[in-house]
Amino acid sequence: MSETTQVQPNYNYKVVRQFTVMTVIWGIIGMSIGLLLAIQLFAPALNFDTPWLTYSRLRPLHTNAVIFAFGGCALFATSYYVVQRTSQVRLFSDKLAAFTFWGWQAVIVSAVVTLPLGLTSSKEYAELEWPIDILITLVWVAYIINFFGTLIVRKTSHIYVANWFFGAFMLTVAVLHIGNSMAIPVSFFKSYSIYAGAVDAMMQWWYGHNAVGFFLTAGFLGMMYYFVPKQAGRPVYSYRLSIIHFWALISLYIWAGPHHLHYTALPDWTQSLGMVMSIILFVPSWGGMINGIMTLSGAWHKLRTDPVLRFLIVSLSFYGMSTFEGPMMAIKTVNALSHYTDWTIGHVHSGALGWVAMVSIGSVYHLIPILFGVPKMHSTALVNVHFWLATIGVVLYIVAMWMSGVLQGLMWRAVNADGTLTYSFVESLEASKPFYVLRAIGGVFVVVGMLIMAYNCYKTIRGSKAQLVDNSAVATA
Amino acid sequence: MTTFWTIWISVITLGSIAGSYYLLRWALSNKTGVKEGESMGHEYDGIIEINNQLPRWWTIMFYITIVWGLAYLALYPGLGAYKGLLGWQSSNQTILSLEESEAALKASIESGALIQYDREIKFANEKFDPIFAEYAKVDVETLATNPEHKEALKVGQRLFIQNCAQCHGSDARGQNGGFPNLTDNDWLYGGSGAKIVETLQRGRNAVMPAWIDAFGEEGIKEVVEYTLSLSGRQVNQALASKGKTRFMACAACHGMDGKGNQMMGAPNLTDNIWLYGGSKRAVTETLTYGRNGVMPAFNKTLGDDKIHVVASYIYSLSNK
Repeated sequence: MSETTQVQPNYNYKVVRQFTVMTVIWGIIGMSIGLLLAIQLFAPALNFDTPWLTYSRLRPLHTNAVIFAFGGCALFATSYYVVQRTSQVRLFSDKLAAFTFWGWQAVIVSAVVTLPLGLTSSKEYAELEWPIDILITLVWVAYIINFFGTLIVRKTSHIYVANWFFGAFMLTVAVLHIGNSMAIPVSFFKSYSIYAGAVDAMMQWWYGHNAVGFFLTAGFLGMMYYFVPKQAGRPVYSYRLSIIHFWALISLYIWAGPHHLHYTALPDWTQSLGMVMSIILFVPSWGGMINGIMTLSGAWHKLRTDPVLRFLIVSLSFYGMSTFEGPMMAIKTVNALSHYTDWTIGHVHSGALGWVAMVSIGSVYHLIPILFGVPKMHSTALVNVHFWLATIGVVLYIVAMWMSGVLQGLMWRAVNADGTLTYSFVESLEASKPFYVLRAIGGVFVVVGMLIMAYNCYKTIRGSKAQLVDNSAVATA
Repeated sequence: MTTFWTIWISVITLGSIAGSYYLLRWALSNKTGVKEGESMGHEYDGIIEINNQLPRWWTIMFYITIVWGLAYLALYPGLGAYKGLLGWQSSNQTILSLEESEAALKASIESGALIQYDREIKFANEKFDPIFAEYAKVDVETLATNPEHKEALKVGQRLFIQNCAQCHGSDARGQNGGFPNLTDNDWLYGGSGAKIVETLQRGRNAVMPAWIDAFGEEGIKEVVEYTLSLSGRQVNQALASKGKTRFMACAACHGMDGKGNQMMGAPNLTDNIWLYGGSKRAVTETLTYGRNGVMPAFNKTLGDDKIHVVASYIYSLSNK
């Protein structure tokens, strides 16, 4: 590859290595908890009659672990890597970088301890109590300073599009986290939100939906904009498309939260606005998918031999699918059927497993050999096995949830000739059971794939001679 | 909502949509100074970007969603206090009490306003009320026992499963913790059709007082033994006979013979049927701390005719 002939600046790869390895580890932990929960839904005895392993306490641990531990570490790793490589300069501050790594791990470990103990603010995706929220804020501010500091001292003329997305993700997540988590502490482990009633619900979903929009979409689009062209060895398809879809995406996404509260106590005007903006948002969302997939034009044959590229391109397909599905589900009449059913769970996982996890996994497979100074992964065949396990697992998962969700929606609204409901809730639950089993089988595929990835990464890293030597040695050589 | 907020909401909403539109026009017109299809001339870690035109089908979709969005915001509420051309509302949004809600529902059904909830209620009432009115003409006992009315009992069962099963169970056998079994012909407030209807319409509030202050721990023990003996259970006779004297206090509600009083919902203590459990420990807890049983009133939720059908179903369970 061409970069071996260039003189590289002295990059900070240490922090990238740390976050990359933790991405794999937290991925396995977070997804395994998800698998346990999936099995508990048809075999509830698996909480072993302990409060700590009940569905209600493990579910927030699962979401926090996959979003903020797995996804978060992947974003830290790739943003630190990409901002250095595309700015041709070392990170602004090594100390801040180390602080963000250890601080973020401390946040995750606190979550692993407090959530099973039942300590929770009860706000979805923001369950962590106020002392941990403050630590998150400190780490996040350090992250922002370090990232934007690096951009300020960059050696390239412009800021590369991947960094726009990373930057937008960081700034918006800071605003969302601080805005939504405002609370009055009553003890070290308990606080109450300063918002009440419908306002609290609106704040919650303004945060909740934009956690999806900025954490899980904008951040990962940043990842996509570097790793797809890099792995494909092709230029980015359209510069102008990247501009319009970036600005339209970030300005429209922030409005979409109310679609989580259709047909609730939220005022009509708020619901309408959320729906309208969600639907317009569909088009800029697809802009990113088009730009990524079209980047591959002229290099489609590489998909046959390169499983890493396959991960990246399939992730874009899932991204396109779920960003079509999302606006559709935001339409009130569709939402009347889909809301509160497993369809929502299927939609989330087509985004989370299909898009977020696959683009992260592809990026990690790209990164590991470079970070540890080896030519390639220990086994390309195992990467390929992982690709198929992940793809089949995700498809099983979302198809099961679609069927279960639509079935539930139809059963809940079925009415007899006399106006009474045809089915009781428990009948719809019974009907969902086979799909819960199918979903868990999909989950097994996903988790086994992650374990294979861990083995493959371990062998690759062990095979590396330059293990953990800071790459200053490589640069001066 | 004040005018300020309506303006604020409208400006940022329409501004965001207009901004997206103008950015789209800008991107379509290639003002980059680079020919279409050529490299932008920047390079980042080996990545270059091509100045390609936006896909046409994608651009058209963008226009369609913008036009659709503006049309929706014109027709429906969205821009602050602006109500939309259709005058549509999901429900009476300013209502703060059940009374106001009932009045508003009535008013909007009469005026034919485009309020979705009220329209659906009107539709359902017109369609289904006659069916239940027909059932209500037959008395509860006949509806429950005459095979001619099997269909009514099925309807009653469905209503029961949706409204009552949460506490009384899908099979109506109740559950421990104060939810009575409805199939055993043991009635707290009476099992005639009229009494069941009354329970459903008005609900019930049962109060068993706490006796720990009056009896003390030792006294409670004695009364527990005596109470259990009424159902023919093996007990400590010495304690039970002391308990019998104390039972005078209980007799006010449960009667001297302990057979209860349906006028006040005091359970029969002689039939070995226990609302909160019949173990020594459970009865001790009942006597020590007392119990509060609540059956909610369903007159507002179901209305007279549906209650009539549910009552028939419940009556049929213990009167085959």
